[in-house]
Amino acid sequence: MRTEVPESGLGFSRPILEPALNATLAHCYQCGKCAAGCPLGGEMDFAPYQIFHMLRLGFPDLEEKVLQSESIWLCLSCSMCSTRCPQEVDIPKIMDALRSESLRRNRVNPKCRDIVSFHRAFLDAVRHAGRQNEVDLVAGYKMRSGHFLKDLLLAPRMFLKGKLGLKLHRVHDRTGVRALFRRKPGKG
Amino acid sequence: MRLGYYPGCSLEGSSREFDESTRALLKALKVDLVEVPDWNCCGASSAHALDPQLAIALPLRILALAERAGLEEVLAPCAACSNRLLSAQKHLRDHPESKAEIERAMGLGYEGTVRVVNVLEVLGRLQGEIVAGLRTPFAHRVAAYYGCLLVRPPDVVRFDRPEDPRSMDALVKLVGGVPVEWPFKTECCGAALSLTRTDLVGKLGARLVRDAVQRGAEALVVACPLCHSNLDLRRPAINACLEAPSAIPVLFITQVIGLAMGLEPEALGLHRHLVPVAFAPSGAAAGRA
Repeated sequence: MRTEVPESGLGFSRPILEPALNATLAHCYQCGKCAAGCPLGGEMDFAPYQIFHMLRLGFPDLEEKVLQSESIWLCLSCSMCSTRCPQEVDIPKIMDALRSESLRRNRVNPKCRDIVSFHRAFLDAVRHAGRQNEVDLVAGYKMRSGHFLKDLLLAPRMFLKGKLGLKLHRVHDRTGVRALFRRKPGKG
Repeated sequence: MRLGYYPGCSLEGSSREFDESTRALLKALKVDLVEVPDWNCCGASSAHALDPQLAIALPLRILALAERAGLEEVLAPCAACSNRLLSAQKHLRDHPESKAEIERAMGLGYEGTVRVVNVLEVLGRLQGEIVAGLRTPFAHRVAAYYGCLLVRPPDVVRFDRPEDPRSMDALVKLVGGVPVEWPFKTECCGAALSLTRTDLVGKLGARLVRDAVQRGAEALVVACPLCHSNLDLRRPAINACLEAPSAIPVLFITQVIGLAMGLEPEALGLHRHLVPVAFAPSGAAAGRA
């Protein structure tokens, strides 16, 4: 007898991913090529193919584990996995969607808060000036993360090499750039 | 030849020498660079990590401005920038229904006429001019390091080969260099984790540096500002993971070709690296002659 798999997966919750992306999870046949090629595979708590299996089972406790995993924030978006995936699963895109959802539901793994702080400081700086100014970015990151002493010895060396410009680079039409930010990246 | 130019934020800051060497080299090759007016940040890794919509909108504003300025082709030397611009274009091809909304938010229209090119593509077209302008061969063994974003995802960038690219190796050979065969051409350098997980960036960089040195490379050659800063600025973290610290320098491909064409090392920003370019740059003598 053939078992009908409901669109929501075998479990009870609504899929985290949008339907088109969620459907691609079914293509994964657990070969593990993504984990083998991943430069940070050894650092992750769950390999990409394990995450896909946890998601498609659809049990809320497994989904929680995925959203609270370190893997989704360690992913470098280098696309090695998706380039080698025999089933053409767009793994980096799935990771992006999981990060957004982990943030939205406030499930970020405590060990990865610094990474989120960095991304937020980055986007804050872009919203402010339209361009990235590294002095702004580092200052913003230090404020958010509390790592005030990080790379203190690197800054003067960079300054001497002309790599740390103190001039603020900005776009003229900053209103135009800000209009593209539909929602605040929030605190953290 | 007239070419649009999108330097991006890194090239105004920590990778100034990539901007300096690209401008100096293309000037010597008689290419007029026209900067995209009032360009903004492409959003890099952070936009798509937190807000996938923003990761499409930011690059599209750049392309719309380039189009309005009448630029048919835009060179984005930064691999992350060119990748984000190309990803946004692919998104519009795949989801034409999202175009109107983004255009409204930007207050700009975009027909999609702009072609985005990376620095290896542009230099590949100018091989005749490069050979004609050669002064001193760059006679060194080097490891050409492409990183991720120039060659992946293949359906976005449509450039070279994703596993064993050759375009940079060919340019190195063209100016007298010897590219080593090595398996780390497209392994990731740790990218945007540079500030937050410097330990991991050190670990990943150490794999690259160790292999390049073991194969007798005298320098690593790159075409991405993030690859460069992770291998150059982050050398202390890399050396902490190596059995023996390495002082192998990291050069941009534009600097390598510039030296071979006799441009001044200073004009190419060679003095800005934190890991000094220790071997005698073969182009320096000719440049001063």
